[in-house]
Amino acid sequence: MTDLPAGERQQLPPPAADTGAMGWLRRNLFSSWGNGITTVVLLAAILWLLAWFVDWAVVNAVWTAPSGQACRGHGACWALIHEKYRFIFFGTFPYEQQWRPLLAVIVMVTMLGTSADRRMWNRRLIWIWGIGSFLTFLLMFGQINIPLGLILFVALAVGGLGMLLRSAVAAAPEIAGWRTLAAIGAIGIVLRLVGVLPPWSLAIAPFSYVETGLWGGLPVTLILATYGLVFAFPYGILLALGRRSNLPLIKGLCIGFIELIRGVPLISLLIMASVMLPLFLPTGMTIDKFLRALIAVILFAGAYIAEIIRGGLQSLPKGQFEAADAMGFNYFQRTTLIILPQALRVVIPPLINTFIGFFKDTSLVLIIGIFDFLNAANQALVDPNWAGFPSEVYLFAAFVYFCFCFSMSRYSKYLEVELNKGTRR
Amino acid sequence: MAVETAGSAIRPKVAPWNDPVIRGWAFQIVIVGLVGLLAWFLVSNTMENLARQKIASGYDYLSHEAGFEIGDSMIPYSPANTYARAILVGVLNTLKVAILGVILSTILGTLIGIGRLSPNWLLAKICEWYVEVFRNVPLLLWLFLFYKIISEAFPGPRQAINIMGALFLSNRGLYFPVPVQDPIHPWMGLALVIGIAAAIVMKRWARRRQETTGLPFPTIKAAVALVIGLPLIVWLLGGAPHHMSWPELKGFNFRGGTVIQPEFTALLFGLVIYTSAFIAEIVRSGILALNKGQSEAAAALGLSRGQSMRLVLLPQALRVIVPPMTSQYLNITKNSSLAIAIGYPDLVAAVNVTINQTGQAIENVLIIMAAFLTVSLGISAFMNWYNRRIALTER
Repeated sequence: MTDLPAGERQQLPPPAADTGAMGWLRRNLFSSWGNGITTVVLLAAILWLLAWFVDWAVVNAVWTAPSGQACRGHGACWALIHEKYRFIFFGTFPYEQQWRPLLAVIVMVTMLGTSADRRMWNRRLIWIWGIGSFLTFLLMFGQINIPLGLILFVALAVGGLGMLLRSAVAAAPEIAGWRTLAAIGAIGIVLRLVGVLPPWSLAIAPFSYVETGLWGGLPVTLILATYGLVFAFPYGILLALGRRSNLPLIKGLCIGFIELIRGVPLISLLIMASVMLPLFLPTGMTIDKFLRALIAVILFAGAYIAEIIRGGLQSLPKGQFEAADAMGFNYFQRTTLIILPQALRVVIPPLINTFIGFFKDTSLVLIIGIFDFLNAANQALVDPNWAGFPSEVYLFAAFVYFCFCFSMSRYSKYLEVELNKGTRR
Repeated sequence: MAVETAGSAIRPKVAPWNDPVIRGWAFQIVIVGLVGLLAWFLVSNTMENLARQKIASGYDYLSHEAGFEIGDSMIPYSPANTYARAILVGVLNTLKVAILGVILSTILGTLIGIGRLSPNWLLAKICEWYVEVFRNVPLLLWLFLFYKIISEAFPGPRQAINIMGALFLSNRGLYFPVPVQDPIHPWMGLALVIGIAAAIVMKRWARRRQETTGLPFPTIKAAVALVIGLPLIVWLLGGAPHHMSWPELKGFNFRGGTVIQPEFTALLFGLVIYTSAFIAEIVRSGILALNKGQSEAAAALGLSRGQSMRLVLLPQALRVIVPPMTSQYLNITKNSSLAIAIGYPDLVAAVNVTINQTGQAIENVLIIMAAFLTVSLGISAFMNWYNRRIALTER
């Protein structure tokens, strides 16, 4: 048997019990006595739970009914969802206008979805976000008035930023372009302040105006999470750079702020924004409740983003800083051209995880009375005609949240592998 | 080289506006000045607004009568007590939820995390879906769901579910009998503390003996005997008082006994389930971070899976696990403030009522922040100490 030439050796098939479905079962479910018992017990428990759940949620469920009374004594009352789904998704937005928040949600999801595609990670992203944000707010508000002062200020800011960011890399004509833009903005603002330019504003008013107090449901959750993080991002970068700086006063300020915010719960900041912010402002000036919540979210998110970016900054080898210095770059050029592009790339997956966290945490704004998705679901339960079916509504809301968060967390995992391809061997 | 010997201490001569040190200070002074200006703007506005709205300032209100009920209190409290005491009740409730939450979610999270690595495919899948389902939905939603299930799915006090004639489960919570107050109880508590201390001393002694002589000692059995036995002996010496206060249905609710309230149950349950999903991921990645050789070596030594987990893998994984675990513990503490949404009287809820009654928002928000910062710093300090203790001691 052992001395047969290679060609005449009998090729025995693997034992039948180790291959195919049986082999898989043996290896993964019944590898030992203890394992087998665990499997059987778990299987029984799952089947029992599943049978109970299917019985409640499908077999005995009521899908359509005129009111909650018809659901009594049956299983799940999905009729309630059928009746209230528009309220849960769009809150108190005027009923006949609810195609607008629907479109806004679609625009925002498309915006987020296209930003997830790595082929879009270039200048196109600025256009996608600019147009997408404009459409979202136009759809939600219905009418937008842009005062001339704001347009001029944006021109100054964009021109100034362009001058700063492109100073070391762009050709002379481009720099001249940025300078012209900034100059137009600056001169315009001066003229407007002096009173030469009239108080004109660009009015875009295709739909009827809907104030933020009437906004509700999914668009509010999406806007708070997305724009909370978008605005918190630059300010988180500044905090992170400040914390890493070797100027003692700046460093102290940034550390103090970050640790203060991270040490207290979001609720306390929301309460602060709702009761203290009005006291901080000059007499007679008020801020919209929605904007107050957004400010609290931005302040809160900034501290967390700063800590993530600090992790990215710390992961860079010292040679990068030294090389930039050796090239004769000043602090600003070194940071924007060498350090940040590398540091931010490392922190994209944890930033997405932060976004998931904030998508869930924006549900806390219901404490100060804003109609986000969860609060709208909560209010749907108040109707006396449909009282007594909280589980259905909460399970439905949980399902929607799960779909968003689960897909984002899968994307973040995929990205982590994808971005590390270069360093993995 | 020549430059260095010529005087490395001498800074090159540059114009003051190009000197990095002077520039740095100028920049800092400008920024701090701007921040100070903003602060001055906010403070002066606030002063003006407070004066205009005739809102008092200062902490005098703390000694005034609170006048609101608190449903769950660990220390005697009535509406006639002061605001300070009401807030103290809130702080104690927050600490109670946070401490229980930390302990329970650590246990549950560790079990789920280990379960995800089980060779049993079914168990691993169940644990994986547990993690995905519970961490991808907001905690607040879980709290609402559990609270509504408890308060609507359970019957009213009159139809309470009676378990073994002693426990009553209804939508008012779980009522159970407790021993009537007796002078021996404080002494039993003291005996318990002594028992725990003795068990710790004994464990150290047994360990040193095993290290020097190799003789094992039944530490666990002896510790259990000490911790349970000492209070029991005190109880017997005190004449074994066994009067119990039984819950009884009087009118619309139970009297006597003690109760675990549905708000508390829902809050603790929600916190534990939500956080344990995150802790499970931390534990799993901590174990996966270990070299595969460690589990193989443990198996080669003939240790069972449980033994290799307990004696070889977990102690090493702890070094990776502890830092992220600290932030989860901080999260539990901060998330316990969601209690306000389902009506459990924690710190934030008590302070919120105080704000509404006194109008003194600033002082109260400062109290919340100070309390949470103190607790957070305490947890961080403890976990940092623990982290140093378990850190790898190298030569």
